[in-house]
Amino acid sequence: MRKVIGIIFLGVIIWGLVLSLSQVPFGKDKMEVGRRYLKRGTEETGAANIVTSVVVTYRGFDTLGEVTVLFIAALGLGAVLYTRRRSSERIEPSSLVLRTGCRFLFPLILLFGTYIFVHGHLTPGGGFQGGAIIASGFLLIYLGCPERRTQELRLGATESLGGLAFVVFGLLGLAVGGYFLTNFLPKGTFNSLISAGVIPLIYVAIGFKVGSELAGIMGNLMERTK
Amino acid sequence: MSFVYQNIYYIGSIGLILIGLYIVLVKRNLIKVIIGLNFLDTGINLLLISVGYVRHGTAPIFSRPGLSPGQMVDPVPQALVLTAIVIGVAVLALALSLAVRLYEHYGTLDLRKIRGLRW
Repeated sequence: MRKVIGIIFLGVIIWGLVLSLSQVPFGKDKMEVGRRYLKRGTEETGAANIVTSVVVTYRGFDTLGEVTVLFIAALGLGAVLYTRRRSSERIEPSSLVLRTGCRFLFPLILLFGTYIFVHGHLTPGGGFQGGAIIASGFLLIYLGCPERRTQELRLGATESLGGLAFVVFGLLGLAVGGYFLTNFLPKGTFNSLISAGVIPLIYVAIGFKVGSELAGIMGNLMERTK
Repeated sequence: MSFVYQNIYYIGSIGLILIGLYIVLVKRNLIKVIIGLNFLDTGINLLLISVGYVRHGTAPIFSRPGLSPGQMVDPVPQALVLTAIVIGVAVLALALSLAVRLYEHYGTLDLRKIRGLRW
């Protein structure tokens, strides 16, 4: 019975999707907004990566909302999984190869993540991707060196400072340029590291925030499995 | 055949969305339902990206001189999906934590046995 109802429901959804997608031919240039961003984006924001300028400046407010959703999801996970810590639990040390390997790789992964989010306005990268790479480094530490506890207070402080920096840059734009998230710094030479004004600064803040948030989520989940 | 070849991304993404919805509707194990939600998430991301695709277009990055805006794909869906992927990870973790709590409370992940979720 459930399967029949489910398949009828899926049929209705297929019908709607096909009907609407037949109006949108695949592979054709169609969006007016996207064309406008591509044409004027480099002179308006100074960033070579148009996706970054859409995320951080044109739709910066939207990104602030999405970062807030991420924060609330992490907060909810912490609240749902909260238990008193039992400090008497014995931690089983992992093997020598695994420990040495993850000790060797962890700083390199952090460096790579930092590279990705610092170059967000020039290359395909940015705060969200770099943050995810940094969190994968923390996952390696949780798996390989379980005796090394990350300090959750510091992770929380990093996360809050990242979010605060984003809002402060937005408010500075409001004070200097007249609206929230104005690009108030000089744009610099195109396609070089120090360019595009406030975009790299905001992306570094997002990178720290996303990295520490995802690392905190993983830490909370790992804490339960011990 | 050329219809399938030309619309392969649409067909793939709709297929992923339908698989995810079917799992969410029919399966009774909570972990499987969460996996279905993840399928749905992936399918929607692929659908958004393929709506913004322009045939023979490159990434919207002016990394070398000589690139013109006409050769590039639409940046707006890419910017949306960029954030949606990270949020998808966080929401998946939240759903898994709720599953952990439900298992501790009821001792089962079967949705029929968890009170208040009869269907």
